[in-house]
Amino acid sequence: MKLSGADIFVQVLLEQGVDTLFGYPGGAVLNLYDALYKASDKITHIMTAHEQGAAHAADGYARATGRTGVVLATSGPGATNLVTGIATAYMDSVPMVAITGNVGTSLIGKDSFQEVYITGITMPITKHNFVVRRVEDLAHILREAFRIAQTGRKGPVLVDIPKDVTGAMTEYTPAPKVEIPVRQDYDQAAVLHAAQIINSAQRPLIYFGGGVSSAGAGEALRALIQKAQIPATYTLMAAGVLGYGDPLNLGMLGMHGNYTTNKAASKADVLIAIGTRFSDRVALDPGSFAQEATIIQFDIDASEIGKNVDVDCGVVGDAKVVLEALLPHIQPTTHPEWMRQLQSWQSIDYHPKDHTDRLMPHQVIGAACELAGPDAVYVTDVGQHQMWACQYIRHVKDRAFLTSGGLGTMGFGYGAALGAQAALGRDQTVVMMTGDGSFHMNLNEACTAVSYDLPVITIIFNNQVLGMVRQWQTAFYDKRYSSTDPHRKTDFVKVAEGFGLKGYRCETVEQFRAAFAEALASHKPAWIECRIDKDEKVLPMIPAAGNVDDIMMS
Amino acid sequence: MNKQVISVLVDNHSGVLTRISSLFGRRGFNIDSLTVSATNDPAVSRITIVVHDDAKVLQQIVSQTARLEETRHVFVLDPTVSLFRELLLLKVAANQSNRSELREIGSIYKAKIIDLSPESLVFELTGEPDKIDAFLKMMDGFTILEMCRTGITALERGGTSAHLL
Repeated sequence: MKLSGADIFVQVLLEQGVDTLFGYPGGAVLNLYDALYKASDKITHIMTAHEQGAAHAADGYARATGRTGVVLATSGPGATNLVTGIATAYMDSVPMVAITGNVGTSLIGKDSFQEVYITGITMPITKHNFVVRRVEDLAHILREAFRIAQTGRKGPVLVDIPKDVTGAMTEYTPAPKVEIPVRQDYDQAAVLHAAQIINSAQRPLIYFGGGVSSAGAGEALRALIQKAQIPATYTLMAAGVLGYGDPLNLGMLGMHGNYTTNKAASKADVLIAIGTRFSDRVALDPGSFAQEATIIQFDIDASEIGKNVDVDCGVVGDAKVVLEALLPHIQPTTHPEWMRQLQSWQSIDYHPKDHTDRLMPHQVIGAACELAGPDAVYVTDVGQHQMWACQYIRHVKDRAFLTSGGLGTMGFGYGAALGAQAALGRDQTVVMMTGDGSFHMNLNEACTAVSYDLPVITIIFNNQVLGMVRQWQTAFYDKRYSSTDPHRKTDFVKVAEGFGLKGYRCETVEQFRAAFAEALASHKPAWIECRIDKDEKVLPMIPAAGNVDDIMMS
Repeated sequence: MNKQVISVLVDNHSGVLTRISSLFGRRGFNIDSLTVSATNDPAVSRITIVVHDDAKVLQQIVSQTARLEETRHVFVLDPTVSLFRELLLLKVAANQSNRSELREIGSIYKAKIIDLSPESLVFELTGEPDKIDAFLKMMDGFTILEMCRTGITALERGGTSAHLL
């Protein structure tokens, strides 16, 4: 069967099981959009306000489902607008296929209109990228892109398709969906060594990250925790994997983790790191991090073993496979003395205070959680609100706390929330938490929420400043608030109305509850602005390159 | 800071050199020399990279190189069981007064004279990098007009080709 490159593009998306993609049209992708138009009964294209929003939407789609997110953009500025979104996905190991159009092959390299060398630009922020120079290679390359995005440590792959390739005809041979086998191999001796270390531990601590979610290893992790009664702490990327009522779930670790978890890491005799990379937000000072511990690291990416912190036992493999292999070798035990020690730290840990005279972030988040129910999906932007969300959302499930961890991309939230909503359907409650700083970056996606009727509820924590940067200026720059207090006069209620959605403004928790309940019931996109004090801080806080001895609790 | 020689077998695609060299650039590794050469398999190229840097950081770059889609195999060569060779072309100002002295030094190092003009000559010398360094030291007193070293190309000794996939 002879098809055009554009039709082959659509056929491969369909054979790979893609039901939704996000993007923005333009000259170099006219053929691709024409083919999508013809296939619009089989594949939904969501057009965003800006390509960055589309990239974050594909990312949110992937984070919420585990399936590969797909984004499509035209050449030149369309392609460069994807860059932040691709880098965000790369840093958090999110499977994504980004497709860019390019000028015709005869115009490449000649500074043609809307031409950019996007494969050069995205080389360090993709797992791999391709230029399709011949239509005969197109189907194979697209299938390869889906394979690479989902294999091993997941991540984004970019495929750049010149316009003439999309118009050229060639023979198309259908193929089945690329099935990605889970990596089954691991070093058995290393697993046994790890088991031996764990079995002899007096003060063990599990420290896990996004790799656990990515591998679907939550069950295996819980089995390990239960069998040997090992307390666990998680990174921002793994919020929601463990239930919050569990006494063995100590909470988040790192810069804005709690006192107990950070103290536990510094005093543990065995640290079991699973699917996590000892980033500088967790191992703030790699030299003193977990210095009393024998460290075991499980990771699917061999280049992560010992990258930031020296480890005593590294095991390369899929988190689920390796944990299941480890479990039979773990002896059931308890650590009562260690648990008592942890409880004593918990008793002096930081707890935010409720107020009735002003809106407190933890009270807003608590109310939102209560009203949204246990099945809600939460998405955040980046900054103070992101940390509060991770600290105080109390009934998140796995794949239901979507946040830009590695790159820390302000402006991530709205696109990602729309992508999650599109993936999970209109009946899914999706709550986006943002700050006025982050939201100003990509609030333009409100038009997408309205056009496609995606009922994301956005909570805007408005302190009228760039709170996180300002918090650092307060702590470390003698309150010289350089460019963090922009005196913006944005009326979010009016802006919401201008976009065609409902806006609310709240000064009290009661007002917030009423607004949130109304927004939920409406099944329509809505914004709820919560005015908070600009001096509200994220606590506890360990300064960069510090350790638990430097923790600030007030 | 020891000299390290890394051998990378890669798919023979355009762009693969950029991918690998950018991993070194990101960590501020200055590459002493880099050669890309054909192998007995036309689908595979060999990149030989020489750096002076911390072995631990290097090991991390090596493992990052290994995870690239187009990398087939990467390893650090053990100097005790490896053969390192480099080619030098050296253009020296030469006239009747110093030509014979130059020829004499050249013959000690088994350097070939591959071009001769009334005011210059060009040496070709192949050997271990140390030998080339030593030869260049002997050339210090002469006027060097132009010089080009290829950088190291390297193989492990013995009959094994275990690293070829």
